[in-house]
Amino acid sequence: MKARVTVTLKSGVLDPQGKAIEGALRSLGIDGVASVRQGKLFDIEIENAEDREKAEALLRQAADKLLANTVIENYHVDVIG
Amino acid sequence: MKAAVLVFPGINRERDMARTLKLVSGRAPAMVWHAETELPQGTDLVVIPGGFSYGDYLRCGAIAARSAIMDAVRAFAAKGGLVLGVCNGFQILCEAGLLPGVLMRNAQLKFICRDVYLRVERSDTAFTSGYNAGQVIKVPVAHGEGNYIADGETIARLEGEDRVLFRYAAPDGMIDPDWNHNGAMNAIAGIMNERGNVLGMMPHPENHVEAVMGPTDGRGLFAGLAQHLAQAA
Repeated sequence: MKARVTVTLKSGVLDPQGKAIEGALRSLGIDGVASVRQGKLFDIEIENAEDREKAEALLRQAADKLLANTVIENYHVDVIG
Repeated sequence: MKAAVLVFPGINRERDMARTLKLVSGRAPAMVWHAETELPQGTDLVVIPGGFSYGDYLRCGAIAARSAIMDAVRAFAAKGGLVLGVCNGFQILCEAGLLPGVLMRNAQLKFICRDVYLRVERSDTAFTSGYNAGQVIKVPVAHGEGNYIADGETIARLEGEDRVLFRYAAPDGMIDPDWNHNGAMNAIAGIMNERGNVLGMMPHPENHVEAVMGPTDGRGLFAGLAQHLAQAA
């Protein structure tokens, strides 16, 4: 079973990297970008998981324990199937 | 002082730390590999040195914080044992939940490697008894992610309970944004836990302890710790 976990900074947390990317886009002449926030994406393959709910529970555990630092980050779990 | 210095893959300041601990206490620390599940018998100080554990993969300190030895460190701290984390060690302590908050990318996005001035906020702790409150010390920093942040409630608690032990300051001790090199909230360079037995700090006091290094302002921290432990024994 394939899944994807997306980790993003919580709103209000300063993201200097996103800001730098935002500035670089502007200097490339790519207009119309209001703001950029950088995040992380994990493509995960799950063994022996036929049950979607179990897969989601496992991914949430992985995100809570390691993939995200929930002090500053939110995460979103997608089981792709 | 019976110190244990933790060693993770990618850590590179463990020898500086060991040299300083031996210099100040007269006793070489035990070097403890991350896969160990117990600290050496009689350990009275755990030091997590600086470096780049696991190449800073995922988040600085994130993977080291989940290693086997950290369960032993948690148990040691829960019994009141002294734990010092410097630089990557501070990041590891935050990721391990032993200290609140997070060290984010420096506000200016640059890796900073230079001497900085720190104002010591208190002298009545196990870690700062070698200094006077308000004293300004000069020690080096070397980090890309030292920008301390936490939510408003946590910051208010840290300040209310006087748990900020070191702040980035001007040479005269004034707190000034121009001297807050990494943009840390409230110019925080080092904090301790509620119980006062776990300290995390970004600067490297272990690198300014001998005349050959220039200033020796870092020595007070280790001398204070050695004295504290000698009195406790």
